[in-house]
Amino acid sequence: MNLLRAALLCLAGIALPAFAIDTTVLPNPELQARYENLTHELRCMQCQNNNIADSPAGLATDLRREVAEMLTAGKSDDEVRAYMVQRYGDVILFNPPLNSSTVWVWATPLVALVGGLIVAFVIVRRRGRLVATDDSEVRDDLAP
Amino acid sequence: MTRFVLPIVVFVALAGVLFLGVRNSTNKGTMPSALLGKPAPNFELPALGKPGETVTLAQFAGKPFVLNVWATWCVACREEHQTLLDIASTKAVTLVGLDYKDKDPEALEWLQQFGNPYDHVAVDAEGRTAIDFGVYGAPETYFIDASGRVLYRHVGEMTPEVWRREFIPRIKGTKR
Amino acid sequence: MIPELGRFALVLALILSGLQAVFGIVGAGRSDERWMAAVRPAVAGQFVLVSTAIGALIYAFVTFDFSVFYVASNSNSALPTFYRVAAVWGAHEGSLLLWAWILAAWTLAVAALSRQLPASFASRVMGVLGIVSFGFFLFMLCTSDPFVRVPMDRIPADGRDLNPVLQDPALAIHPPLLYTGYVGFAVAFAFACAAMLEGKLDQVWARWTRPWTTFAWCFLSVGIALGSWWAYYELGWGGYWFWDPVENASFMPWLVGTALIHSLAVTEKRGLFKSWTLLLAILAFSLSLLGTFLVRSGVLVSVHSFAADPSRGMFILGFLVVMIGGALTLYAWRARELKSPAGFEGTSRDAFLLYNNIFLVIAAIVVFIGTLAPLVNDALGMRAISVGPKWFTITFPVIMLPLLALVAIGIHAAWKRGRLADSRNRIVAGCAIALLAGLLVVYGAYGPGKFLSVVGIVCGIWVIVSSLFDPVDRIRRKLSLSRAVIGMTIAHLGLGVGVIAISTVESYTVERDVALGPGESLSMGRYSYRFDSIGPVDGPNYEGVRAQITVLRDGRPVTVLHPEKRNYWVQRQTMTEAGIDSRWNTDLFVALGEDLGAGRWSVRAQLRPLVDYVWLAAAIMALGGALAATDRRYRTRSVASEAAVTAAEAT
Repeated sequence: MNLLRAALLCLAGIALPAFAIDTTVLPNPELQARYENLTHELRCMQCQNNNIADSPAGLATDLRREVAEMLTAGKSDDEVRAYMVQRYGDVILFNPPLNSSTVWVWATPLVALVGGLIVAFVIVRRRGRLVATDDSEVRDDLAP
Repeated sequence: MTRFVLPIVVFVALAGVLFLGVRNSTNKGTMPSALLGKPAPNFELPALGKPGETVTLAQFAGKPFVLNVWATWCVACREEHQTLLDIASTKAVTLVGLDYKDKDPEALEWLQQFGNPYDHVAVDAEGRTAIDFGVYGAPETYFIDASGRVLYRHVGEMTPEVWRREFIPRIKGTKR
Repeated sequence: MIPELGRFALVLALILSGLQAVFGIVGAGRSDERWMAAVRPAVAGQFVLVSTAIGALIYAFVTFDFSVFYVASNSNSALPTFYRVAAVWGAHEGSLLLWAWILAAWTLAVAALSRQLPASFASRVMGVLGIVSFGFFLFMLCTSDPFVRVPMDRIPADGRDLNPVLQDPALAIHPPLLYTGYVGFAVAFAFACAAMLEGKLDQVWARWTRPWTTFAWCFLSVGIALGSWWAYYELGWGGYWFWDPVENASFMPWLVGTALIHSLAVTEKRGLFKSWTLLLAILAFSLSLLGTFLVRSGVLVSVHSFAADPSRGMFILGFLVVMIGGALTLYAWRARELKSPAGFEGTSRDAFLLYNNIFLVIAAIVVFIGTLAPLVNDALGMRAISVGPKWFTITFPVIMLPLLALVAIGIHAAWKRGRLADSRNRIVAGCAIALLAGLLVVYGAYGPGKFLSVVGIVCGIWVIVSSLFDPVDRIRRKLSLSRAVIGMTIAHLGLGVGVIAISTVESYTVERDVALGPGESLSMGRYSYRFDSIGPVDGPNYEGVRAQITVLRDGRPVTVLHPEKRNYWVQRQTMTEAGIDSRWNTDLFVALGEDLGAGRWSVRAQLRPLVDYVWLAAAIMALGGALAATDRRYRTRSVASEAAVTAAEAT
């Protein structure tokens, strides 16, 4: 019945702030760290605001189990991600991968930064030239 | 001069995107299946109520079929059940049920009580096959064509309109 | 009867706001004295009517009137009175009414405190605010009427209850404060539009606009912080910020609003950045409206979303197009006339504020991209993607940390000529102290952490130290400190505290999810959490379990925590109440998960160092802003004193 309630509430789109506590422990600390990393990176497709580590949905429990099994079987992080993406698409990754659909997402901040620097440079140069002809006086030097 | 016109240009572009977003928003949260156009994942699962028998992908080779993910604990599945029974009576296509994370005795009783629209019922007790299909949760319905490719996925309750609008054209398409 | 009265009041308010808009804008355009004189009465009337409407809704809630659909959906006979009132803004329709009421209140304040301004300008400001009000009333009456009645034969015996998530004091005040901030930017927007309509924007205009904008910013800061604090102790996962689309929707106007209040400073002081200030004022309000749109239109999936409805989405989008498109068209037409002959050097205060604004706008763009990318990809038919918290936690600090360094240096810069060389000692000393203190924190107190966090701690300390040089110096030289300077200093101190707190909590939080049974312990560093017992608990509209967990430090008990899990009967939701002890330097946090059988429970335990200072920082910043905004030169009441201040500043 927990399954039902979680599924209903998630799919109904009601603000469900529920979360789950994942107490899975893997055989060694390195695997555990990778497991925690991956389960925080993968999006729960049922409660889409949570990662599968925090989601109470049944799907999340199943996916966590898959991740644990794959890691224990010796698969790499990338293989786990590829497995998930093959079934659910890029949406299941909370960190957008770098490909043709996402390159603009990563590029825009860079472009904005470069653009900002250019704007700053142009303005400062223009205003710097005006200082000589600017006879306005400012009274209190550091007051806002 | 252009720098004063730039803001409104950017705004118009953004408004356009938001407009498209609102128009598409009725199916928010249900993204198209990642498997569209790709071969359906292989599966070999026990047949419900038939000990020793299995339901496999291979047995549908050369035949299109509809896969419906359902469970006795799923309320919306109960809602769509009549629609499925109606669809089954038209004998338009093979209907396969995927009993998702359920219990056999309850599933059998459920089908007996409410009717069984399925030609075959595969038991996916642990949900692994569902994961292979990219299932978010029950109910979901897939259409797989004769060559074994996933052509469409409907998330949520099956309704006569959805069947008519999305599945019938595709079923007809594969018969050609 | 009463609900119908409420709806009728809304209809009248719609008409009055339309009149307010027409009298204000057309009246000023025609220099018609009588029309302009009619604006303030229209504002007052509109306020009375909206108050009546919201009063009617409150009345319906308090008297359990379940014949009103909205009341039936959001209340219950077992709901305590306090929450019955808060339930008014618990869902879409009521929250819109709150929005409209707060807008009417701001407009009333503008009407009351603008008599010393030129009539045509003040009329235009109130006229633009009238257009915004009109839009909201139209939206409510067309798509989101809170007074809709349930059909007579289907009046429920009891309501569906307020979402348990909202049955908390902090969340009862979070929306009003947040909206006060959002809506306050409408005032800045109106001042900007009025200036564009007048065809005139000068330093005096900036002085008029600043206090309004700063107060809006203060409210928004506190509103966001309250939401974050609530999420931390109420949601049970111990996080305070998830980069959720709706959180981002409130953060973007805050970033742009911060840029705006700084840009206004330059415009007031030096007559520079006029078109930038205009654009930022339009942008801040646009982002407020966009936030409203995102939450209610169904385009984004979010914990915070109200029930999505595409028709509402289309309406708000239309409203956005009219308001913002109109304002930006005005901008394209008028902004080119705003030229200034002033100059400044690359290391002047003006320049540093330019860099400040550029960085803040880029930060807002980054948050914007991250929030809307999935929507954009979907709308344009590209592959669906998700943008999760990690994208933001990488890109955002990369932009903010250099900005902090600029703040620490730029605060010494003088207007126009900078003269940073004079402050070289202060800059070097500040940096050295920050580096030293940072190293002490990292290698003395907490241990090695994430690189960005260490940089953040150093920058935060640097900002704090730098902010103190000038005021301390002035006090020592027995010079006066204006409220503006005190306010600015306090606000920057708050910024430093916030950065240190966030950097620390992000790097040095310890979190463990484990299964515990009675008597079992979990150790985290010097602390250990011992699960003592668990038993049933009852509430007015819930029942649940309550655990007792003793926390020990170095083996000695320091506190007992009582996390709960509550089942609210009516909405059948389960809520987690975390057990939190706030110590001076860390929070001890524990939340219950699931009953694992045999008396064992899954439990999330956390140590959250300095997390309370994140919210304290917001309060400090708001306090600084409020102080600065009440500086004497803003508090002119009469035309005469206004003229005196203008004359004094002109010399």
